[in-house]
Amino acid sequence: MLGKGVVGGGGGTKAPKPSFVSYVRPEEIHTNEKEVTEKEVTLHLLPGEQLLCEASTVLKYVQEDSCQHGVYGRLVCTDFKIAFLGDDESALDNDETQFKNKVIGENDITLHCVDQIYGVFDEKKKTLFGQLKKYPEKLIIHCKDLRVFQFCLRYTKEEEVKRIVSGIIHHTQAPKLLKRLFLFSYATAAQNNTVTDPKNHTVMFDTLKDWCWELERTKGNMKYKAVSVNEGYKVCERLPAYFVVPTPLPEENVQRFQGHGIPIWCWSCHNGSALLKMSALPKEQDDGILQIQKSFLDGIYKTIHRPPYEIVKTEDLSSNFLSLQEIQTAYSKFKQLFLIDNSTEFWDTDIKWFSLLESSSWLDIIRRCLKKAIEITECMEAQNMNVLLLEENASDLCCLISSLVQLMMDPHCRTRIGFQSLIQKEWVMGGHCFLDRCNHLRQNDKEEHQRQLSLPLTQSKSSPKRGFFREETDHLIKNLLGKRISKLINSSDELQDNFREFYDSWHSKSTDYHGLLLPHIEGPEIKVWAQRYLRWIPEAQILGGGQVATLSKLLEMMEEVQSLQEKIDERHHSQQAPQAEAPCLLRNSARLSSLFPFALLQRHSSKPVLPTSGWKALGDEDDLAKREDEFVDLGDV
Amino acid sequence: MGRPRQGSRDYASQPPPPGAQSNFPYRDGPWHLGPAHPQRHIANYNSQLPPCVGPFKMGFPAASRAKSPALRSCSPGRPGALFLPPAPSRDAVPPTGTGRRAAGGGRGRAGRGGRTPEGAEPGPAAEQPGNGGGARSPRVSRMASASTSKYNSHSLENESIKRTSRDGVNRDLTEAVPRLPGETLITDKEVIYICPFNGPIKGRVYITNYRLYLRSLETDSSLILDVPLGVISRIEKMGGATSRGENSYGLDITCKDMRNLRFALKQEGHSRRDMFEILTRYAFPLAHSLPLFAFLNEEKFNVDGWTVYNPVEEYRRQGLPNHHWRITFINKCYELCDTYPALLVVPYRASDDDLRRVATFRSRNRIPVLSWIHPENKTVIVRCSQPLVGMSGKRNKDDEKYLDVIRETNKQISKLTIYDARPSVNAVANKATGGGYESDDAYHNAELFFLDIHNIHVMRESLKKVKDIVYPNVEESHWLSSLESTHWLEHIKLVLTGAIQVADKVSSGKSSVLVHCSDGWDRTAQLTSLAMLMLDSFYRSIEGFEILVQKEWISFGHKFASRIGHGDKNHTDADRSPIFLQFIDCVWQMSKQFPTAFEFNEQFLIIILDHLYSCRFGTFLFNCESARERQKVTERTVSLWSLINSNKEKFKNPFYTKEINRVLYPVASMRHLELWVNYYIRWNPRIKQQQPNPVEQRYMELLALRDEYIKRLEELQLANSAKLSDPPTSPSSPSQMMPHVQTHF
Repeated sequence: MLGKGVVGGGGGTKAPKPSFVSYVRPEEIHTNEKEVTEKEVTLHLLPGEQLLCEASTVLKYVQEDSCQHGVYGRLVCTDFKIAFLGDDESALDNDETQFKNKVIGENDITLHCVDQIYGVFDEKKKTLFGQLKKYPEKLIIHCKDLRVFQFCLRYTKEEEVKRIVSGIIHHTQAPKLLKRLFLFSYATAAQNNTVTDPKNHTVMFDTLKDWCWELERTKGNMKYKAVSVNEGYKVCERLPAYFVVPTPLPEENVQRFQGHGIPIWCWSCHNGSALLKMSALPKEQDDGILQIQKSFLDGIYKTIHRPPYEIVKTEDLSSNFLSLQEIQTAYSKFKQLFLIDNSTEFWDTDIKWFSLLESSSWLDIIRRCLKKAIEITECMEAQNMNVLLLEENASDLCCLISSLVQLMMDPHCRTRIGFQSLIQKEWVMGGHCFLDRCNHLRQNDKEEHQRQLSLPLTQSKSSPKRGFFREETDHLIKNLLGKRISKLINSSDELQDNFREFYDSWHSKSTDYHGLLLPHIEGPEIKVWAQRYLRWIPEAQILGGGQVATLSKLLEMMEEVQSLQEKIDERHHSQQAPQAEAPCLLRNSARLSSLFPFALLQRHSSKPVLPTSGWKALGDEDDLAKREDEFVDLGDV
Repeated sequence: MGRPRQGSRDYASQPPPPGAQSNFPYRDGPWHLGPAHPQRHIANYNSQLPPCVGPFKMGFPAASRAKSPALRSCSPGRPGALFLPPAPSRDAVPPTGTGRRAAGGGRGRAGRGGRTPEGAEPGPAAEQPGNGGGARSPRVSRMASASTSKYNSHSLENESIKRTSRDGVNRDLTEAVPRLPGETLITDKEVIYICPFNGPIKGRVYITNYRLYLRSLETDSSLILDVPLGVISRIEKMGGATSRGENSYGLDITCKDMRNLRFALKQEGHSRRDMFEILTRYAFPLAHSLPLFAFLNEEKFNVDGWTVYNPVEEYRRQGLPNHHWRITFINKCYELCDTYPALLVVPYRASDDDLRRVATFRSRNRIPVLSWIHPENKTVIVRCSQPLVGMSGKRNKDDEKYLDVIRETNKQISKLTIYDARPSVNAVANKATGGGYESDDAYHNAELFFLDIHNIHVMRESLKKVKDIVYPNVEESHWLSSLESTHWLEHIKLVLTGAIQVADKVSSGKSSVLVHCSDGWDRTAQLTSLAMLMLDSFYRSIEGFEILVQKEWISFGHKFASRIGHGDKNHTDADRSPIFLQFIDCVWQMSKQFPTAFEFNEQFLIIILDHLYSCRFGTFLFNCESARERQKVTERTVSLWSLINSNKEKFKNPFYTKEINRVLYPVASMRHLELWVNYYIRWNPRIKQQQPNPVEQRYMELLALRDEYIKRLEELQLANSAKLSDPPTSPSSPSQMMPHVQTHF
C-alpha cells in the first residue's frame, strides 16, 4: 500500500493511500474554550511577502496520546507559505523560543515544501488538483520535509473554504515563471545587510580567486590551472564561469564541444592524485563526427595519461551505476513510510517495518553510493590513481560521488564552512539542476523527472547546525550510515580484493577523525536517519531520550567548562570573586525529544505510546506457539 | 544512590534493628533470612590484595618472558595447578586440583581466606574477565591495548588477528594460559583452529577445568581464544576415519553465546578422542558427577557481591512493610512454595492460612505476592502464576477474596488490573492442562488483558534464526527482511509493550496490577522487572540493577539452571530458552533510547550475559532459592556482583544523569528497535565496535578538562588567599597556562 507507483515524485498525482478513514468524529474533537475564543495570532510576513487568501475557524488536528484533538485558528496562504495561526504556540516559554525557526514557524508550510494535497470527502481521501467541483471537509497536506498537516474545514464558511482550498491548490501546483519565485520579491524588498566575516565565510567558487585558493589548499596547483575561458558563459551556460583543468590542456579545447569531453578538476589528494569529472560528448550517429570526437578524446586522454599525471581510472557513472530513475523511485517509496496520517497507520506499518524499508531500496542505494565513493577513495589513496567520473552532463551522480569522496578524504569538508563550500563547489557551481530536480517551477511531471538527487548526499551527512557539524558528520558517516562490516569471505560479488583489503584494513585500525573516514556499509550498519525521517511522527518521539540526550549532556559540559574557564581568566586578571554563574541555557532533558533542535516536544503528555495493532502470525512456528512452557503437574487438583 | 549502604552488610547476619522489628505488623519467623553470608572475609580482603596488580607480569617478569622450558614445566608456586605435559595417558587421571577441592567440599571461603595468593596468581583487582585484557599475556595485551580499551565489546574472548611488528616473532610458550585461582590445567593439544573469518590457524589449545584457551602458533598471528567451558552447549565430532579433505577431521563446538568453534586435529594418536572426552567432561560436569567450576573457583574480591541484595532492606527501601502490606516468613523453609523466596510481601489483611489456601489454586503454589509498590500512589505490582481453573472452570473463593484484598489496598480505583502475559489462545488452551486465567464471572473486580507474549519455545527458535543470519556470515543482500523473519525484535517489542502497559497502569492509571503467565517465572519476571526499571530509577543504577536481577529473577525462581542448562550436556532440552537474554536485550533497547538514564553501560550488560553461561560465579546457578540454599551457594561460590562491583568504573556510563521519579517509557516501535549488534555479532572481527564512540570520547575529554579547571580554580583560590595583598603579577595570559577548550565542533 505504501508508495506504489508514485514515480515522478514531488508533485505526483497518484494517491498512494487510496482511502481515508477518519478515526475521530467531530463531536469527539475536544476543543477548549480558550481556543474557541481565538486569541488572534498575528501573521508574520517577510519583506515582500503578500497575503493571498485566508479562512477562519479552521481546526488543526493535533495528534496526542493516540487520539486527535483540534485547535481552532486561521489558515492563510501567502505567496511564500501556507500558515496556520492558532494559539497553541503561545505556550512556549522563554527558554524554548530559542529553538524557534525565525523564518518558518511551527505551523508554516512554504509553498515549495508542499508535496501532496489530499482532501477528505465523506471519509474518503483523494488527491486534490486542478479545478475542484466539490470542496473537501478536511485538508491533508503532506510536506516534502515529511510533516503531515490536517485541517478540518467543517466549521469554516463555505465561501472561505472555496477560497482557501483553491488558493492553496493554485499556488502550490500551477506552473510558475522563474521570475515569480518568491525569493526574487524577497530579495528586492529585503535589505541585504548580512556582514560576512571574511575569515569565516563559505567559498562561493564564483571567482577565479576562489578556485586558485582551493587549488592551493589541496596542493593541486602543481598540475592544474584555473581557467576563465567560460567568463560570461561564452562557452557553455551549464559550466561555471571559472573552473579548473589540467595545466597542459589548451583552452580552445574547452570550446570545441561546449565543455563536453573536458576533464574538470574536483579535488586533489595529499598524494597528488586527483578527482576529475567529465561530461560525455553528445551521442552521434554520423561516423564522421564520431571520428572527430574520437580523435578529440584521444588528444585529451593523451594529455592526462602522461606524467606528471597519475594513471587515470575512468568511472562511467551513466552506465555502471545507479540510474536517476532508480533513485527517484526508491525515494518516493521511502518517503511514504514517514508520511503518516494517524496512529493506526503508524502501528499497522510497524509490524512489517523492516520489509517495507527493504522494499523501498533506499538504504541499499545509500549503501551503493557510499561503496562507490569508497572504491574511488581506495584508487586515489591506496593506488595513487586519478579518477575521472564520467556522466552525461556531469551534474547529477558526479556531484553526489565527488562530494562523498571529498567528505571521506578531506577533513576540511567536514567543518561547517567546508561543507557549505563543498555544496557550493560541487552542486551549485557543478551545475546540478536544482530547479528541475526539485521541480520548483512545477512543470508537468511527465516531461521532467525530478530526482531527489541531493538527498542521498544529505542522508549521508547532517545539515550543518549548531556548531556541531564536524562531530555530527563523523558520527553520521560512521554511525548512521553504518560502521560495521559484515560482508565476509565467501561473498562473491564483483568487489575487487583491493577494495576489500583497503576497507578492512582501515576499519581494523583506530580512527583518526581528522583524517580519512570510511563509513561502514554493511547490512546492520546502514540505518534510517531517524532524526530526519522520524522527527515529526509523534509516536516515534522518545521523550527525553534519543541521541539528543547525550548531545545535550555534551553541550552542558561544554558550557560548564567554558564558564570555569572564564572564572579562571577572571581570577587571573582581577582576582575578584567570580560573578554569579550565568544561567545555564539548557535544557530540561525531559522536555527534549527527537525533534530537537528543530522543534520542541509535540506530545504534551507523558503517557507512553502503545502499539495498537498486535501480532503477526508466526507462520511455521505455530506449533511451538501452542506448546506448554512446561509440563504442568496437576497433582490432585 | 539514594539509599544508605552503611550497615547493609551487617544486616543479614545480625538480628534486625529494633526499629525495623517494631514496624512489622506481622512477624512469624526468626530473622535468619536473606543470604547467609557473614562478612567474615571482608576484613581479610584488603590484606589479601597482592601488592601489585597485573597478574601475569608478576608471574612472568619481563626478564623471564623469554622462551624458557624450565618455567614452562613449573609454573611457579601454584599448588594443585600442575602443568601436565600433553600425554594422553595422563588425561584420564583427575587432576589433583579437582580432587583436593572435592575432598574439601563444604569448606567455606573463610577456610581459604587465610591463604595469600602466591605471586603467580592473579590478584582480584587485576583480573578483567569482561575484557580478556587481563587474561591475556602481557605482550598481547600491550600490543592490543590501543584498540581493546574499555570500549571493547568482545568480552570473554579477544579474537583478533594482529600482525606483529616485531622482528622476533617467536611464540613464547611460557606464557601458557591464564588461570583463575582454583583453575587447573587438564591438557593441551596442537590443533588447527578453523576461524570462520580468517581461515585455518595453527595453534595450541589448553583445556582447564574452566576454560578452553587457544593460542596461535603462527608467526604472523597473535590470535587468542579464551572461552569458558560453560558456554559450550554441544560438542560434535566432524569427519570420520575416512575423511580426506584438509582440516575435515576434528571437533565442532556449538556455544550458547552465538558462535561455533571448529578445530581440526590429526587423525593419528587419538588426540580428537582425548579432546572430545576431556571437553565433554569439563563442559558438562553434571553428567560426570563433577562440580561446576563455581564451586572450585577461589577468586577473592574486595567486595562481597552476595551482600548486594538483602530482601528486607530492599522492601524497606520501598517503604514496606506498611499498613497494607506485611512481610511474611511463611515460606521460610520453602514449605508453601518451593520455587519462591523465603521472604514474601503479602497483604496485611491476608492471614497465613489464607495464603496456604490460595496456594492450592495457583500453579506450583506461586501465590500473588508484591514485587513493587509505588512510593506515592501506593499502587502495587503483584506477581504470581496462573490460577488452576481447568476445563471445568473451577473457582476458588479464597483466591477471589485474596485478589480483592489486594485490590482494596489501593483506594483510588475500583478495579484490579490483571495482565496475563500469554496470547489469549494459549491461556485458553492452558485450561486443558488444568491452568487458565481469571474469568470475569469469578473475579468481578478485575480487568484482564492478554499481552500476547509467546512461550519459551518460540523464543528459543527465534534466537536460533538470529544466529543463522549473523553467524558466521552476516546475511547481506536482504538483511532487513531476514531480520524481520527471525521475529526476534517483534518479540522484544511485545515484551516491552507489555511492561510499558504495566508501568503506565501503576503510574498514571493508579491501579494495582497483577501479572502472571503460566508459571510466573519467565514472562512474568520479564514484565515485572522491566516495569520496575521503567518506574523506579533506583534500578537503573549498577547496584539497583543487580538487586532487581537478584530479586525478580534469581529469588523468584526463574529457572536459570533449566533455561541455560549449566553443566548439562542435553543440548536439545526443551526447557532451554533465552528468556533472560531477552530481558537483557530489552534493557539494552531502553538504554539505547535513554542514553543518560542508566548508570551502567553496554559492557555491564554483556558481562552479565557472559557469566550467565560461564559457571564461574554462583549467581545464576540453580533454579530457585531453596536449591541454592541447599547447595550453600552463597558460602561456596563467588558472586558475579563481586567482580563487577570491584571494577565499577569499567561499567559506568559517563552520560548518566540521575533523575529521581522519572518514569521511562521506551518507544516500542520497530522504528526504534535495533538488533544488538555489539552482542549478537560481536565475534565477527569486521563488526568491531566503533571505539570509542566519538561523542563519548569528546565528553570524557570535557570531563577531564572540567576536573582540571576545578582543581586550578581551587589552587588559585588558595594562592589568592595566601597572598591577598600581592598585586596581580602574572603577565602571562591564562590561555598560555592551561589548555583552553578545543572547540572542534
